[in-house]
Amino acid sequence: MMITSIDISLIDWSRAQFALTAIYHWLFVPLTLGLGFIQAIMETIYYKTGNEFWKRTAKFWMNLFGINFAIGVATGLILEFEFGTNWSNYSWFVGDIFGAPLAIEGILAFFMEATFIAVMFFGWEKVSKRFHLTSTWLTIAGATISALWILIANAWMQYPAGMHFNPDTVRNEMFNFWDVALSPVAINKFFHTVFSSWIVGAVFVVGVSSWYLLKRRERHFALESIKISAIVGLIAVLLSVWTGDGSAYQVAQKQPMKLAAMEGLYRGGNGVGLVTVGFLNPAKKNYQDNINPFLFNIQIPKMLSLLAERDRNAYIPGIADLIDGKYMTNNNTIALSTSEKIAKGQLAIKALSDYRQAVKDKNKEAALQARTQLDKNFAYFGYGYIKNPTDIIPPIGLTFYSFRIMIILGVYFILLFIIGLIWIKKNKFADARGLQWTFLWTIPLAYIASQAGWIVAEVGRQPWAIQDILPTNASISQLATSSVQTTFFVFLVLFTILLIAEIGIMIKAIKKGPNLEDKQ
Amino acid sequence: MESTYILLQQYWWFLVSLLGALLVFLMFVQGGQTLIFNLGKTEAQQKMIINSTGRKWEFTFTTLVTFGGAFFASFPLFYSTSFGGAYWVWILILLCFVLQAVSYEYQSKKGNLLGKKTYQIFLMVNGILAPILIGTAVGTFFNGAEFTVNKEQLTNIAAPVISAWANPLHGLEAAFVFWNVCLGIAVFFLSRVLALLYFFNNINDEEIQFRAQFQLIVNSGLFLVFFLAFLIHTILQTGFAYNPQTGEIFMEPYKYLHNLLAMPVVLAILLIGVILVLYAIGRTIKTFKWNKGIWYGGSGTVLVVLALLLCAGWNNTAYYPSVTDIQSSLTIQNSSSSFFTLKVMSVVSLLIPFVLAYIFYAWRALDLKKITQKEIENSKERTY
Repeated sequence: MMITSIDISLIDWSRAQFALTAIYHWLFVPLTLGLGFIQAIMETIYYKTGNEFWKRTAKFWMNLFGINFAIGVATGLILEFEFGTNWSNYSWFVGDIFGAPLAIEGILAFFMEATFIAVMFFGWEKVSKRFHLTSTWLTIAGATISALWILIANAWMQYPAGMHFNPDTVRNEMFNFWDVALSPVAINKFFHTVFSSWIVGAVFVVGVSSWYLLKRRERHFALESIKISAIVGLIAVLLSVWTGDGSAYQVAQKQPMKLAAMEGLYRGGNGVGLVTVGFLNPAKKNYQDNINPFLFNIQIPKMLSLLAERDRNAYIPGIADLIDGKYMTNNNTIALSTSEKIAKGQLAIKALSDYRQAVKDKNKEAALQARTQLDKNFAYFGYGYIKNPTDIIPPIGLTFYSFRIMIILGVYFILLFIIGLIWIKKNKFADARGLQWTFLWTIPLAYIASQAGWIVAEVGRQPWAIQDILPTNASISQLATSSVQTTFFVFLVLFTILLIAEIGIMIKAIKKGPNLEDKQ
Repeated sequence: MESTYILLQQYWWFLVSLLGALLVFLMFVQGGQTLIFNLGKTEAQQKMIINSTGRKWEFTFTTLVTFGGAFFASFPLFYSTSFGGAYWVWILILLCFVLQAVSYEYQSKKGNLLGKKTYQIFLMVNGILAPILIGTAVGTFFNGAEFTVNKEQLTNIAAPVISAWANPLHGLEAAFVFWNVCLGIAVFFLSRVLALLYFFNNINDEEIQFRAQFQLIVNSGLFLVFFLAFLIHTILQTGFAYNPQTGEIFMEPYKYLHNLLAMPVVLAILLIGVILVLYAIGRTIKTFKWNKGIWYGGSGTVLVVLALLLCAGWNNTAYYPSVTDIQSSLTIQNSSSSFFTLKVMSVVSLLIPFVLAYIFYAWRALDLKKITQKEIENSKERTY
């Protein structure tokens, strides 16, 4: 079947479907990682002390973990296969590299999780205490290793490394596994994601425990749970700041357009300030107009340069600079404009076509020439599919505000956990109803912060499926738009129903409580 | 390097086939889900059945996910062509697994929005659809699918999609090929047979076991009819072969029979597998007190499916034939990952025996004590 053109709405619906399933999946994964870690600590205390209280405490949180885990698994299944169903071109073009982490995730992580979660849930009376504790930790380890490999895969899309393009197979092929697995983007992303998930877990446990205190129930259980999770939360949020800085530094180095969008930075310069709070000006429609991009903003002078380049006077390119080019890069070269990159990308695509024809014609000289041209321009291959230079600008507002939300909430979590721990230390937490309400209402904020982080990461890198190599319009499957629309709404309805069910079950289980009061 | 590359391609086809074979065995979970109301006449009995398969559903699920991941990593052209093309079949398969993933956990929980019965129906839906759809999809490995692959298309800036499906039904058309459906139905009844064998081993309840005896006879008969019909047809049919030197694909009469004769080890695996399955069924029917049938039947299933999948891909056979453009058919040579990736993945695969060992250990630890009504009614124990 000859394909003549790709329907733009198909690209948008395919993106919407992936975003939908990813957002839903990420509602459940952070709690799995965070709550799993906390409940494993609680069971470890039980193992060490033999105190039945800790066993019942761990079992209660484990019950909530199980409810959350099931729907996380369900939504994750769709995500993995969507690379094939909706992004088939992508799957071939980079499957040689991208598929490996997914397979390793399955072999190393999923089986570990699946095997030991059954022991964790059903083995209390069937296996020894030590085997049970080991199973609990291995379940959490499996979930975390799973996160490692999928984040390696995701990081590779943001910073493609360890591969080269093979025109004979028309795909990218891996030549260095460690460049893929240990790229600085992957390492930072993994730790930042896992630590931020611990925050979600910690906020959840402190929030739910605070609810018991507000209801004057399960006092001992709640206070002991709060002690552990507040410590985990504070450590996690501080580590998230550290790894977040590392992640942002990598963004500055590898994805300058994303950084510019995160900061609403249209015109770059030396010694650029960091916007702490700001409102974008909706009147600004074009990167070339002279309208101020902000209605209002507060900046910390030179801070963006310092964070992005570790030099307070360093040059940071803005959106206009990245499109128009002609600024001095870190490599002391003059930056190309996006139009020049598009031209080079088209040259690369043409060279690929010429190469394939020359090989068919058995014309070695022509093949060599085309290959040389292709290799010379391949770094811009993806730009060949970009129509207009402005197409490389991601949605500024969504990226900018999501980044601010994540940062502001991060600072809020630090303060909240510090206050919480001081109150615990002073034995005042049990009576601090204002603080208890605050923690309870912080639960949704932890989810919002977590989602905002992913919106920055994924929306900020548009239009690229793989940075500079493949845009989304060249990644999709050839489907009828109506098919993707249908599945979009099927997933939307199904996941929403299941989410409501999950929340309903959680609330019932929390209301029922661990019933430990008679044991105190 | 060339010969090592070919070896790695064969090795990875073996691993993918093995995962596929394990998946079919583990679909006893699905079979069990279709038997909840046949075998369980009281709420306690239904709960025992749900808890029996409920402690194993994640193995099936994980094997499916790993099967997908391994296929992606080792044969990405299949992943991109089949998943992107046969869209509706894969989406239906995924949807019914989504329903399963939440249903065990949610069905007995208060506040679950849809009510217990709905989640149990979800389990039924998954139990019926998953084996039939997966079996039907695998049937296309022998009977072909409607797609084209054109790598030059990547240089068409307006429409750079390499793989295209040639039928607007996007995979549903496979259901109109009798032999695809025949395999799907065979897998469905096999999953029920295996579930029954598993219940004999795992549930200690006389009433359930009594009802299971009748079900085993009926389902075994139906399984054998459909499976043998598919097997005989496949052995006698014209298959899709390729020339390893030129990559050209052509039709070859009795291709799968030739494959079995050319690969006596695969033939032996197939025969041993069939004998083990028949032995498991026969001995269980003869002596219903014998509860080891799942191990013989399960091993036999793995061997039979493994042999069939090896037959589909080894010995210069196109494992995913295109009936639209025969030269677009996928072979393990033209669809595999690069030499380097297969090498890296092969190193990782050395961990598989270790993974299998801990699965076996944990499975055994949990199954040492059979499920009884007493355990299910004990509120201290976590149950579904």
